Amino acid sequence: MTETREIRREIRIVGEPFDPATLGAALAGGEDVGAVVSFAGFCRSEGGTLAALELEHYPGMAEAEIGRLADEAVARWPLARLLVVHRHGLVRPGEAIVFVGTAAAHRGAAFAAAEFLMDFLKTRAPFWKKEHRVDGSDGGWVAAKDADDVAAARWAE
Amino acid sequence: MKAVYFAWVRERIGTPEEEIAPPASVHTAGELVRWLAGQGEGYAHAFEKPDVIRVALDKKHVEPETPIAGAREVAFFPPMTGG
Repeated sequence: MTETREIRREIRIVGEPFDPATLGAALAGGEDVGAVVSFAGFCRSEGGTLAALELEHYPGMAEAEIGRLADEAVARWPLARLLVVHRHGLVRPGEAIVFVGTAAAHRGAAFAAAEFLMDFLKTRAPFWKKEHRVDGSDGGWVAAKDADDVAAARWAE
Repeated sequence: MKAVYFAWVRERIGTPEEEIAPPASVHTAGELVRWLAGQGEGYAHAFEKPDVIRVALDKKHVEPETPIAGAREVAFFPPMTGG
């Protein structure tokens, strides 16, 4: 028998800067929420050499794929809320690229679901990063990391 | 069917999307990659390492052995680097 739970689940693909602190705060509250985990990933300057990251995405599939990951997270852990925000377009050093927030009754589910979502976002969500350097040169496309595949694989049963 | 390309696959082919008409002998996503690789210099460059290329049918990841029959949109791209 499936337990019916009311889950506020939201996915946003945005072209403008966003504030992770505000998003994290908004996940708190509600009598059923005992734990909120929020993760934000930011653009580094790579020692002052990087002017911006250009994030290309596959409109439609990005939302759909993160939605499928969110469905899986909700099926695996008892979550009260789930929010994923991902930037596209030009992202400057210091700006947030991704936000994953989970709210649950207890911290175990919130931590695990957030980490699961990040690991699979890295390997499944259709986004690609291109580097623009401060000297005006094209830094090329960021290569996928084997370590990200290893991180995602550990969730397999 | 509509083909869409992303990141360096898009740059090498030189267009973000186009209509393609693969022959009836092309049944799977992997066969489609190999057929496209023979469609010109840019395609050959984009698909020179077919094992690296990821394919999505109607916005869902698929394996090389997945049949393409019935798909309206097929996407080709390098491994994802978001997050």
